[in-house]
Amino acid sequence: MRAYTPKDNVQKKSYYTDRFWVAPQVAKSAVSDDAVFAADLDAIKAKFDVLDAYIQVDQMVVVIHANDNYAVLELLKNEREYTQLSEMSAIDWLATEGKFEIFYQMLSMAKRKRVRIKCKIDEKEAIQSVEKLFRCADWSEREMYDMFGVVVNNHPFMKRILMPDDWEGFPLRKTYPLQGDEFAAWYEVDKIFGKEAREIIGPENRDPARIDRYDTKRFARLGHEVPFGTDISQGEPDTPLVYQEQKGVFMVDKFDTQKSVVISDRHR
Amino acid sequence: MAQHQVNYLKDGGLPVALTTIDKVVNWGRSNSIWALTYGLACCGIEMMASGASRYDFDRFGTIFRASPRQAELMIVAGTLTKKHAEFIRRLYDQMTEPKWVISMGSCANTGGMFNTYATVQGVDRVIPVDLYLPGCAPRPETLQYAVMMLQQKIRKEPASRAQKPKRLM
Repeated sequence: MRAYTPKDNVQKKSYYTDRFWVAPQVAKSAVSDDAVFAADLDAIKAKFDVLDAYIQVDQMVVVIHANDNYAVLELLKNEREYTQLSEMSAIDWLATEGKFEIFYQMLSMAKRKRVRIKCKIDEKEAIQSVEKLFRCADWSEREMYDMFGVVVNNHPFMKRILMPDDWEGFPLRKTYPLQGDEFAAWYEVDKIFGKEAREIIGPENRDPARIDRYDTKRFARLGHEVPFGTDISQGEPDTPLVYQEQKGVFMVDKFDTQKSVVISDRHR
Repeated sequence: MAQHQVNYLKDGGLPVALTTIDKVVNWGRSNSIWALTYGLACCGIEMMASGASRYDFDRFGTIFRASPRQAELMIVAGTLTKKHAEFIRRLYDQMTEPKWVISMGSCANTGGMFNTYATVQGVDRVIPVDLYLPGCAPRPETLQYAVMMLQQKIRKEPASRAQKPKRLM
């Protein structure tokens, strides 16, 4: 198992192994290439400030100010026929820009077009809820809060959705370690037994490949069963697979492989 | 009217069986292990298959119960998340003594492939486990073998004395 290394400050190190790696870019084209998108963009531009707009993979991407998000989505839903919010979430750019990117993926079944609205907010900044427009944003915004810590204003039930209510930290941030911080590592022990039980129960085994071949307290090897805790460092006897104890069981006949019959014709 | 002579001392004809209380009690316990329905993930599918007619757990006396008060075996079948850890502990505490736990599959044994922040790395961090069953997921035959091994374990235990409550620590 490879040790986890934080990926958020790779570029700041004095040397790195992937210096010639160039992130692949998806080709962008101008919005004026598509008449439907151009009309939509003009409608947005008439009322709101648009920071950037382009077409990528047949979808229009519009970057707006974060405090316009509700009004832009309302315009797209009520006047431009983008009646569905198929997806929304956040992207962590805290390491490079110190900001979160919030995206809203919209779908128009009438026009057969998809539009993505993007905006950026600071780490401690809150964003307006769009739950009044799209009911499906309820859980998406809760998940965004749960995973990234982005607080959503005017949400009817702002609470964690996947992690426990008393969880500390936001797991989808780039700075959150994959195998959990100290709070996560001791969460179940602290909650059930209390912090004083940490020493007794011990730390988690995070190496899934660890096998103690001579451990007879936790694991038995099929065909080589020995009594609990036996020292088998000098080798262990083969034990045939028996299905009953040596002396047999009260009122149960002992299974004998010699007397058993293998039925060759299963349809007899 | 035909007259039948029964030789009670031959042919096992004596309608009396001699045994010990321990053996009778353990025979009853080991052949009526009622298991708690505890399918947490994909291993639960194999556990359900074991209970259904093809593999037929009923012939071991293993009947799945939906209440911890009626169950003495907990088959932890699947991934235990950290959010769920307190509930598995509560259900284990609600089961009546004597009680046993089978940890079924890699996830329940060690956390398995979920080497992440949200998964308990082995249910033995939360509840005491009697039998670890490897596999991802173990087939129903394997679960049957595990229950047979548990039956052996139960029959070896002294039944007449009050069973010492199992403690994790």
